[in-house]
Amino acid sequence: MSLQIKNLVVYYQTLSGYVKALDDVTLSIRDGEIMGLAGESGCGKTTLGNSLIRLEPPMKYIKGDVELDGEKLPIWNSSQMNVFRFKKISIIPQYAMNALNPTIKIGKLISELLSSRKFNYKKIKPELERRLDLVELTHDVLSMYPIELSGGMKQRMVLVLSTLLDPSLLIADEITSALDVSTQKAVAEMLVEFRNRKIVKSMIVITHDISILYQIADSILVMYAGKLAEKASTDVMINTPRHPYTKLLISSLPKVGVRYAEKKLSGIPGNTPLLLDPPIGCRFRDRCPVAFDRCFKEPPFIEIEKDHYIACWKECI
Amino acid sequence: MIKLENVSKIYRTGTFGGKLLPAVVDVSFDVRDGEVVSLIGESGSGKSTIGKMILCLITITSGKILFDGVDISTLRKGDLKNYYYNVQGIFQDPFSSYNPIFKADRIFSIIRQEFFPKIKDSQWNKKVDSSLKAVGLNPDQVLNKFPHQLSGGQLQRFLIARALLLDIKFLVADEIISMLDASTRVDVLNLLAELKSKGLSILFITHDLSLGYYISDRATILYRGCIVEMGDTKKIYFDPVHPYTKMLMASVPRLDKKWEKVEVELKAKQAEITEGCVYYERCKSPHKNKKCAFQRPELVEVSPDHFVSCYL
Ligand SMILES: Nc1ncnc2c1ncn2[C@@H]1O[C@H](COP(=O)(O)OP(=O)(O)O)[C@@H](O)[C@H]1O
Ligand SMILES: Nc1ncnc2c1ncn2[C@@H]1O[C@H](COP(=O)(O)OP(=O)(O)O)[C@@H](O)[C@H]1O
Ligand code: SF4
Ligand SMILES: [Mg+2]
Ligand SMILES: [Mg+2]
Repeated sequence: MSLQIKNLVVYYQTLSGYVKALDDVTLSIRDGEIMGLAGESGCGKTTLGNSLIRLEPPMKYIKGDVELDGEKLPIWNSSQMNVFRFKKISIIPQYAMNALNPTIKIGKLISELLSSRKFNYKKIKPELERRLDLVELTHDVLSMYPIELSGGMKQRMVLVLSTLLDPSLLIADEITSALDVSTQKAVAEMLVEFRNRKIVKSMIVITHDISILYQIADSILVMYAGKLAEKASTDVMINTPRHPYTKLLISSLPKVGVRYAEKKLSGIPGNTPLLLDPPIGCRFRDRCPVAFDRCFKEPPFIEIEKDHYIACWKECI
Repeated sequence: MIKLENVSKIYRTGTFGGKLLPAVVDVSFDVRDGEVVSLIGESGSGKSTIGKMILCLITITSGKILFDGVDISTLRKGDLKNYYYNVQGIFQDPFSSYNPIFKADRIFSIIRQEFFPKIKDSQWNKKVDSSLKAVGLNPDQVLNKFPHQLSGGQLQRFLIARALLLDIKFLVADEIISMLDASTRVDVLNLLAELKSKGLSILFITHDLSLGYYISDRATILYRGCIVEMGDTKKIYFDPVHPYTKMLMASVPRLDKKWEKVEVELKAKQAEITEGCVYYERCKSPHKNKKCAFQRPELVEVSPDHFVSCYL
């Protein structure tokens, strides 16, 4: 097991109280696994990714354990996490490239980052150049400023940068979302290539776009309103999902070949609950077409078949 | 309904407007009565520029846009107002169309002041109610609320409801569902499809190919301001001819099929202005030749209602 998370609870501290963005998350990711993390905006995907590597205010660690390759991660302590960040666990945050200092050339940026971790830029440069080749970037990007790169070039650059020290786990948060389809495909396939070459051992690929995950992920985890809803292998998740939310979500996606005139799709009525004061019991209850009495209690996230986990009362009786 | 004839738009950029940027190049197509046409292309291909020209928000550099046979660039004052009574646009980010300090339904009162200054309160309220119901909103639940109290899907439907107050005939929908979550996207798509069945014509602008197929009768593929392929949606999606369209279709992440190994030529950083085929630099077709580099291929009808701009 590469990553193991047990009963992780992380909230946001706000003036009106806790936003319960991540409640009781338990899951594991195997060596070599690319796990897709999907769900509607606001369900807690970014919060889960950030919790594992930079849990900073207003985020607040409530409880839970995280182990990476058998070693406990002190996620509640930002300075102790420094030892792991970038070396053992790395993240490509949402909107990563826009956060880089625009006045420093990319090569210099990398060299500063490396020396802050006591690595030598000159020594690593040959490997850096091989990785640039791998993502089809010319070496002269190192002498460019971040703004000179197109969206797709930026994402490939951050991919190289964040995996330079061969971390065990890479978290990629919406890195294909703002790209055009052809660039999106190229970047997504590069993620797989980085795993295949064992540059990183396992990955969490966060996106709201399930069809991308169908292309590249080994397993998919769907979240709903701060809770885990279902996790299974990619094929099971797409073809035979069991959680009512996952079923509705997947059937609402427009597919090439499906037209309104021939087959009308439907959305999921209702809105996601506010996480400041989430409903008791199953958080999907008031939108769920099969909800019953028992759903006023919280459904546990349990394994109903090998490697198929689900939090729903209807499916676990 | 709407007809574009050899429409071009050249922006002047640079410090003194010294650089010319051809954003739309010699584009001709039409949207017929009660038809949905998708305008598809990657970012920067000129989709919004076409939408804005149709809405008279920017001038046309050359060519003509006709609405029911009338050249829209000749419209002034009363006629222009009448045009907006028939033609409206909705844009990508629903939140940016609202002022957060006013209630969301203020967008309706603006329409009232502008187009219906003499209408009675009771009559107006009825009109607003029926228009909200037409877009699947419950007036009691959504009126009198601030924008942040409504979801993205609700705000987007509000904008469609506003357009319906005017009894419009033509709607420019520019990426209106890109920002929405999967579970509400399809509701807005269904709404557009229902409006179409009641006679509304729609130009559906999107960079997301999986959305274009669901509601559109015809599709137009734009690359760097030029139409490379257009026609019957089914033909464009299942029988694409232009190398660019083929590459696009092979890149769409689908839920029924895994990606095949196709070579994707990553987008060039800044393309040069060219006399030849706009796709020349990125084209991987084995039939690519010298002529492609110097002379732009014309749009040719390769089968009924299927046009392609490529020497093949
Ligand atoms: N800084 C913050 N302060 C308070 N609440 C936040 C903050 N950031 C995110 N949230 C809330 O936490 C929840 C999960 O957000 P996020 O993890 O960003 O979702 P996702 O990435 O799935 O879209 C949302 O309800 C969001 O409103
Ligand atoms: N007001 C403007 N001034 C100068 N260039 C512009 C302006 N608006 C758009 N452009 C340029 O025109 C091209 C087409 O833009 P746009 O129509 O917005 O494309 P799309 O909607 O397909 O993404 C782009 O290269 C863009 O940078
Ligand atoms: S636990 Fe109940 S409400 Fe929740 S998804 Fe299952 S059936 Fe629906
Ligand atoms: Mg996020
Ligand atoms: Mg646009």
